[in-house]
Amino acid sequence: MSHHKLEVRNLHFSYPDGHEAVKNISFLIHHGESVGIIGANGAGKSTLLMLLMGVLFPDAGEVLVGDVHVTKKTLPMIRQRLGMVFQDPDDQLFMTSVYDDVAFGPRNYKLDEAEVEDRVMKALELVGITHLKDRAPFKLSGGEKRAAAIATVLSMQPDVLIMDEPTSALDPKSRRRVMNLLKSFEHTKIITSHDLDMVFETCNRIIVINKGEIVADGITEEILTNAELLDNCGLEMPLSIQNCPVCGCSKR
Amino acid sequence: MTKITNSLNNIWLLDDLAKKGTSIHKMHPLVKLVTTLVYLAAVISFGRYDIGRLLPYVFYPVVIIALAELPVVPVLKRVLLVEPFIIGIGILNPLFDNHTVMLGGVAISHGWVTFLSIFIKCGLTVVVSILLVATTGMDKLAAALRMLKLPKLFVLQLLLTYRYISVLIEEVFRMQRAYSLRAPGQKGIHISIWGSFAGQLILRTYERAQRVYQSMSLRGFTGEYNTGKIARIGLKDFAYIAGWSLFFITARIYDVPMLIGILFTGVINK
Amino acid sequence: MHMADALISPAVGGIMLAATAGAAAYSIKKIQNDLDEKKIPLMGVMGAFVFAAQMINFSVPGTGSSGHLGGGMLLSVLLGPYAGFLTMASILLIQALFFGDGGLLAYGCNVFNLGFFTCFIAYPYIFKWFTRKGVNSKRIFTASMVSAVIGLQLGAFSVVIETLLSGKTELPFGTFLLLMQPIHLAIGIVEGLVTAAVVTFVWKARPEIIEKTAVGEAIGNISMKKVLAGLLIAVVVIGGGLSWFASSSPDGLEWSMFKTAGKTELEAQNRINEALSEIQSKTAFLPDYSFKANQDENSEKQAAQESTWPSINAGTSVSGITGGIMTLVLAVLTGLIISIFKRRKRKTAD
Repeated sequence: MSHHKLEVRNLHFSYPDGHEAVKNISFLIHHGESVGIIGANGAGKSTLLMLLMGVLFPDAGEVLVGDVHVTKKTLPMIRQRLGMVFQDPDDQLFMTSVYDDVAFGPRNYKLDEAEVEDRVMKALELVGITHLKDRAPFKLSGGEKRAAAIATVLSMQPDVLIMDEPTSALDPKSRRRVMNLLKSFEHTKIITSHDLDMVFETCNRIIVINKGEIVADGITEEILTNAELLDNCGLEMPLSIQNCPVCGCSKR
Repeated sequence: MTKITNSLNNIWLLDDLAKKGTSIHKMHPLVKLVTTLVYLAAVISFGRYDIGRLLPYVFYPVVIIALAELPVVPVLKRVLLVEPFIIGIGILNPLFDNHTVMLGGVAISHGWVTFLSIFIKCGLTVVVSILLVATTGMDKLAAALRMLKLPKLFVLQLLLTYRYISVLIEEVFRMQRAYSLRAPGQKGIHISIWGSFAGQLILRTYERAQRVYQSMSLRGFTGEYNTGKIARIGLKDFAYIAGWSLFFITARIYDVPMLIGILFTGVINK
Repeated sequence: MHMADALISPAVGGIMLAATAGAAAYSIKKIQNDLDEKKIPLMGVMGAFVFAAQMINFSVPGTGSSGHLGGGMLLSVLLGPYAGFLTMASILLIQALFFGDGGLLAYGCNVFNLGFFTCFIAYPYIFKWFTRKGVNSKRIFTASMVSAVIGLQLGAFSVVIETLLSGKTELPFGTFLLLMQPIHLAIGIVEGLVTAAVVTFVWKARPEIIEKTAVGEAIGNISMKKVLAGLLIAVVVIGGGLSWFASSSPDGLEWSMFKTAGKTELEAQNRINEALSEIQSKTAFLPDYSFKANQDENSEKQAAQESTWPSINAGTSVSGITGGIMTLVLAVLTGLIISIFKRRKRKTAD
């Protein structure tokens, strides 16, 4: 299914203050891939995501979703196909009930109310929070908020899910639940995170960004075990594959 | 500090109460809103010397509290928190109007009568406003406002403000706590950092607004707010509003306590 | 200075609601013309900010007490007058609903007193005048200070007028004015200081926020003239109408509908009423409780005012008090019975 690919060609972007956040980034993501984008704070991950979503427009280069260029004109179509989950669920859950929040997207695309309800309930079911549908977002726990935020995007039935730090600020159990959720989705996934153990488990491909440039792009196992590369980019190996802190013996 | 947590708890409590499923909660939100407004109009249309005639209006909040299974204490507490302001204005009345009137053999000044009248009115009006939220909830009230043809833009903005109050109150709470931990013994924020304290929060609020806007536009928001279907007003709802309005207007036209009193004392006199 | 429902009459409340609705409709039209949908979330979140910021204790040096932010002035500086006004309106609605701060029928009064004067008078004519030659710290300070103080003074004055027109208190005009204005001068100075400090900080950190608002939201001369002219006409018409009402019925501008209805009270069809009027006529000891009663010793007072003494009149007071107590007892009993009934129902359901 070629129309599900996401392609980035020679992307450049500078902020008005002159800071060059993205320098000549290119990659191609195929249908069904799940890609982790990692890098230190300020490496340019968030800017890259904004460029993919068409919130920002590049100074040079282009973003292609399927065969469609991301431009102002194609935005409504693009945004139906790319669903982005924000880092802080409080930014994403802006309505007064979970149901209305999940319905916000479908309603904006003028679907009739029966179809909206169908999509909302499916999305809530998928993340396992149908029982919370009438709750106010400010009364949810961190993990519930995260699930609700993911549902708001699923109800748009996107082909590609883009997630910014999906496991930040979650307790271990909630984190595990979100990870299992991510693994269960068949969508193409792009995940940025500093939680490299999560990335290790959920992604089959990793793109490492340092100072606005791609420094590595390859299979997860290869990149996340390359201690030198990670160290150079302000990162470190996932704890789960580091040597045991108690006895010092290697796990692999 | 307690003020901050109190306001937050109050919002959360009312939000919780609004999620109950009693017959009152199930009434159409617009019907409840209009009934409340009719009630308020009836109560405040009484003159400043009316006391007795206000008493039948106690029925409405009492019945609603009972039917909607609401806790009495927190609702009354809210009313008591508002009353001091009214007392502040009303307490001066006795000073300015000391014509006396005989009331059951005791001389009472007009001023006290006015004061009592305002006090009762305040209690009644505040209670029913809070009952409206506690039995309806903000999202359904917003739907009712939409039915009254209030512009979508205003309703959406109202909902957003309501949604982010708790987020920002928590932020203020954390900031004040961090401040007071490093400034022991200070009652409030020192004048030298008034600007930066609130200003930092504004800048963060701006950034949050930007992110919220992004997350809205990524889900197809183009400046128009699309609400879902709003339930129709049923026969039950109509009966509800008609019944209460009839009661409010009857109590406005006739002096119900006086009728009861006459009936009672009249019987005794025979 | 939130007006409570208990202090206003339906006429004053209704007129102010209409005035507020007009100003809000105009503001919404203005914002929609700007076609800036980015502003809607900004307004929403800034509303929440002001709500939260109102809870910050700013300690006032040398007084040992602390002041608070109202926020009307700050909102119009940060968002422009139209968005600022609408945001203030949302805040006040939530305060009325959830906290009982200012009533629902007094909502119009409150939006007008706290939003209109700051956003449509103090901001365009005072703040913008001081900053007309560009912005710097000194100008921001003077502009915020003067406009906050004047905005609050106008609001406080408006509270006095609304309260007096409503006629629910005995406070004489002069006394009330002397009470309100100085208090709000103090409040206004704190408001001005906080606003100045915050605006200066934001201007230094993100100058584009303040400058963009100042340029983009300029109020066109023509439209503002129209608004003011419309307002003036409204004030004259309303003022004239009100004073006519007030003179014909000093007691709170009662609806004439209720008055006429009140006079024909016992001639009503109801059988209970007939029985009651019979009892009443037989027990001559209990005087007529209708509006005709006129036994007050202060006969110099206008008849109109005395006619509003139905429930307190010495003779009727016995039945009035008895009836009042019985009404209350009945109300509480009703509540208890419903509760008991409900509890039993729940038990059988379990």
